Amino acid sequence: MTLLDVENLWVKFPTRQGVFDAVRGVSFTLGRERLGIVGESGSGKSMTGRAILRLISPPGMVSADQISLEGVDLMQKTEREMRDVRGQRISMVMQDPKFSLNPVMTVGAQIIEAFRLHNKASKSVAYAKALEMLEAVSIRNPERVMRAYPHEMSGGMGQRIMIAMMLIPNPEILIADEPTSALDVSVQRQVLDIIDTLVKDRGMGLIFISHDLNLVADFCDRVLIMYSGRIVEVCDADKLHDAKHPYTRGLLNSLPRLDAPRERLEVLKRDPEWAKAPSVSARL
Amino acid sequence: MSMLSVKDLNVWFGGGRDRVDAVKSASFDVAEGDSFGIVGESGSGKSTILRAIVGLNPTWNGQIKVNGQPVPKRRPKSFYKTVQMVFQDPYASLHPRHSVDQVLGETLHLHGFSDIEARVVKLLDDVGLGRDFRFRYPHQLSGGQRQRVAIARALAPEPRILLLDEPTSALDVSVQAEILNLLTDLRAEHGLTYVMVSHDLSVVGHMCGRLAVMKDGEIVEIMDVAALRAMQAQHPYSQQLLAASV
Repeated sequence: MTLLDVENLWVKFPTRQGVFDAVRGVSFTLGRERLGIVGESGSGKSMTGRAILRLISPPGMVSADQISLEGVDLMQKTEREMRDVRGQRISMVMQDPKFSLNPVMTVGAQIIEAFRLHNKASKSVAYAKALEMLEAVSIRNPERVMRAYPHEMSGGMGQRIMIAMMLIPNPEILIADEPTSALDVSVQRQVLDIIDTLVKDRGMGLIFISHDLNLVADFCDRVLIMYSGRIVEVCDADKLHDAKHPYTRGLLNSLPRLDAPRERLEVLKRDPEWAKAPSVSARL
Repeated sequence: MSMLSVKDLNVWFGGGRDRVDAVKSASFDVAEGDSFGIVGESGSGKSTILRAIVGLNPTWNGQIKVNGQPVPKRRPKSFYKTVQMVFQDPYASLHPRHSVDQVLGETLHLHGFSDIEARVVKLLDDVGLGRDFRFRYPHQLSGGQRQRVAIARALAPEPRILLLDEPTSALDVSVQAEILNLLTDLRAEHGLTYVMVSHDLSVVGHMCGRLAVMKDGEIVEIMDVAALRAMQAQHPYSQQLLAASV
């Protein structure tokens, strides 16, 4: 049942002050589940997602004992072979649709391109397929949207179009990097529901990267908590509020809560030991 | 008497066929030393209200009164000694080639202070940065530190009202807690009046005494935070917003 097995993943960037380790020895597995990765900015969560797709460009370096997708090690693949993995088998939804959609192509042309890149299909079949996909992400009036340009869409629509485009080649794994952070609370729910239904119906694995603890606790099955490039704690999402690690506790306590008013919020006190402790393995 | 009073405020953009009414007949009062929140989704006009009050949006009508005095279209210098604003993105609101000292020094100079040296140090102490940060540039600061500089800049003219436009939405939750605590302390120390815009109901619930809920440019409801906590929103839209936030 294991779709993805990541063992001892490191991401390094050479700087003038020496090598900076953005991700340090992270190990986890992903089955047909919703796996959340949470942490502050700079904790290495997005780098982990990008490293799986080998999207870290030089001078950045990725090393791992293995990153295997259904038993095949992605680290051994050539750049050319990786192109068949990206989009086709593992695809990624980025944070901001404003920067991820091509501004000079219509929405329809972009979705059709994504489909035909991975499937031999005629234009009319691809068009029908794209319409169907837009309907699946609850876009009303899909014919009009197909003809529209990205700047004519709202943020929530743009993000749904991104999801449609990423899911049309029918990948096995979806990596969603802060897919709802640029959206309003009310729209956030809708987009999450769409991701949830699609992932469930297709039996996909989902890696959900977010800084929002409550959202992850609500939405995922299992959660990894990252701090300065390492996994400090792994827990079941519904038990996140009973987390043990002082960093996780600190993050939870620093959130203002409507049901428990306080004079002052608790401030996270960082312990240098957290960054030194070895990464917790999340392999099953 | 209320410190800030807004009555039948309309704000619009463009004209003719392309006219967009961003704020429609908004009214609210904020008492001295109180903290008032405005919540709503993006595009609901919540930030536009703040920008109209502070004069960044010239096309408005209605009445804005600060400390009992009506605010004219062309704002006198004394207005900015009373009202100051803190913006959402600390990465965008500081000049990248001005050091912290220049940012604060220039503001103090423009407001006619002579003891600039002592005041810069005092301001940095007030926002919990300390004098080590005085000669740094924005790119040498973290997001939270930048927001502290932006708050120090707003405090420089010794204002009585601070308008806060999503002051923590670009920050991590742990840094958000530090900035919110700082704002709480500053309000108590200087007796400030706050108007805070946020999309996060729990942040407004923590910081404010009363709040307005906006939708499509209109204030649909004004309620006490106690009512919010007890989940007693009246308007269906506020109920929906509340349900989505818990």
